[in-house]
Amino acid sequence: MAALRPCRRALVSPLCRAFSGPGCRLAPERAGERRDTAPSRVSGFCPPRKSCHDWIGPPDKHSNLRPVHFYVPENESPLEQKLRKLRQETQEWNQQFWANQNLTFCREKEEFIRSRLKAKGLELRTGSGQKATLDAEEMADFYREFLSKNFQKHMCYNRKLCAQCGA
Amino acid sequence: MAASPHTLSSRLLTGWVGGCVWYLEGRAMQESPREFMHLFRSVRKQWMTFQHFTFLRRMYVTQLNRSLNQQVKRKPEPTASPFLERSSLAQAKAETCAMRPLPPPHLPLSRKPNDKELLELESASVIEGSLDVGRETKDEKQWKEMKLHLDDLPGVLARLSKIKLTALVVSTTSAGFALAPGPFDLPCFLLTFVGTGLASCAANSINQFFEVPFDSNMNRTKNRPLVRGQISPLLAVSFATCCAVPGVALLTWGVNPLTGALGVFNIFLYTCCYTPLKKISIANTWVGAVVGAIPPVMGWTAATGSLDAGAFLLGGILYSWQFPHFNALSWGLREDYSRGGYCMMSVTHPALCRRVALRHCLALIGLSAAAPVLDVTTWTFPAISLPINLYISYLGFRFYVDADRKSSRKLFFCSLWHLPLFLLLMLTCKRPPGATCAGGEPRG
Repeated sequence: MAALRPCRRALVSPLCRAFSGPGCRLAPERAGERRDTAPSRVSGFCPPRKSCHDWIGPPDKHSNLRPVHFYVPENESPLEQKLRKLRQETQEWNQQFWANQNLTFCREKEEFIRSRLKAKGLELRTGSGQKATLDAEEMADFYREFLSKNFQKHMCYNRKLCAQCGA
Repeated sequence: MAASPHTLSSRLLTGWVGGCVWYLEGRAMQESPREFMHLFRSVRKQWMTFQHFTFLRRMYVTQLNRSLNQQVKRKPEPTASPFLERSSLAQAKAETCAMRPLPPPHLPLSRKPNDKELLELESASVIEGSLDVGRETKDEKQWKEMKLHLDDLPGVLARLSKIKLTALVVSTTSAGFALAPGPFDLPCFLLTFVGTGLASCAANSINQFFEVPFDSNMNRTKNRPLVRGQISPLLAVSFATCCAVPGVALLTWGVNPLTGALGVFNIFLYTCCYTPLKKISIANTWVGAVVGAIPPVMGWTAATGSLDAGAFLLGGILYSWQFPHFNALSWGLREDYSRGGYCMMSVTHPALCRRVALRHCLALIGLSAAAPVLDVTTWTFPAISLPINLYISYLGFRFYVDADRKSSRKLFFCSLWHLPLFLLLMLTCKRPPGATCAGGEPRG
């Protein structure tokens, strides 16, 4: 494997970079310490030094999006850097939007359930201590309301997402 | 291109996941009494304090719950997936909220700790420290390197191209080819089969590429390859291109230009019209129905080279079928659609959703009667297909009236077997060559 490495590097390097994610290059082997790069902004994760690929994490508990830790190659060209920064920005912006969206949804859903239960004269918890819920047909009013209220917000998001992908 | 973005396979997958959750919970319950007894015996042997024992017990339960958490996705609110049992989710959630690790027992500062208590404190702090490290390591373990593994590639590409949906699309194309008049040309059939399959793979891959953040937020779609990072976006788009170009080329030059044009048009309709329209207007459902209607038309044009009445009839049948299928499915996904910003009838116009589903169930009866009139089948076909058409119409009516999850599920599952059976009956009643419906002069 080690003997093949120089040949492989010459042949595979450009392909590897293109297809395994931006900025990938076969880096020289080092001891298995964590790299000195800044940890991922989303979590404290640091990929191992040997790795020359991007790393993808578990879904964020608010946005459900999986954060990607982008690999920074040693001789990264300005264009590659621009692409990486753009991807990072898009990721953060997406993370913010969806985290906010999901939290708003959950909060407004709770408020809706509370107000409906109050209107019906019911408590938030049933006799057995379980959380009282409304059935799907009652919730349908909330879903319709939430969708129409957030329609413009989604339109802006979708327009910007198209622009980001185009850029 | 797609008959519909939603298939039996996604339902099976979520059912399988739900089954896994049940199995793991059951195993945990069975194991805990045995391990608890073992713990109790070691406690008595080592003469630990009661406080330390309580701490260790809580630590054990916390670790057990953490392993359960790995299987049940933690969400800010309990949003029940349509196909996971509500009780298993509630039970898992209760366990995750109930337990928290406690700090080790503190000694009063005034008293100098003796050897035995020092040992207890040390072991408690080691356990607490290892808990923290355990938590971090576990978090880090969930990070995966985005490296291309050639072994996994076929599976990943199959999921990316929605291979089961593609198979359904290709089978409707084959039905269109088989129902077209004229002798059965095997080479032409194979070229149509492969070409349509490749075009469908391309369209499905592009659709997934566009929808990563949305797919991440819906239970049904959160395990797709691009969402999980199993394939890079660049590779996904390259794959789509490598399917679209040969697929369309095969259809255009191997079959005929009309079929090729329909293939290109359908890819465009699915990726550039249907996919963005999903977030803009409920009209997306009608566009999606056209997308599903085109493959059998392609099969017909591949066999005959022309867009005649029979092609439109088959297209009409698939078009009508989409509505009871999709509208019933979408009834159970309203929460995800609302949160994700998808404009679907089931959310915005529920009465219209059910009305349209019923309307198109009844349309299928009319279309099956039109088949012999257009010389596609004999008059046996509307007669023998009447029972299944009446049944789906009955379920459509029940859905319209009851408007609940039970009736929507029944209609959805009926649509899954109704279509293949309907097409099979059509094939068995195909008009024999040289016969006409009025028994007049045979067709040339």
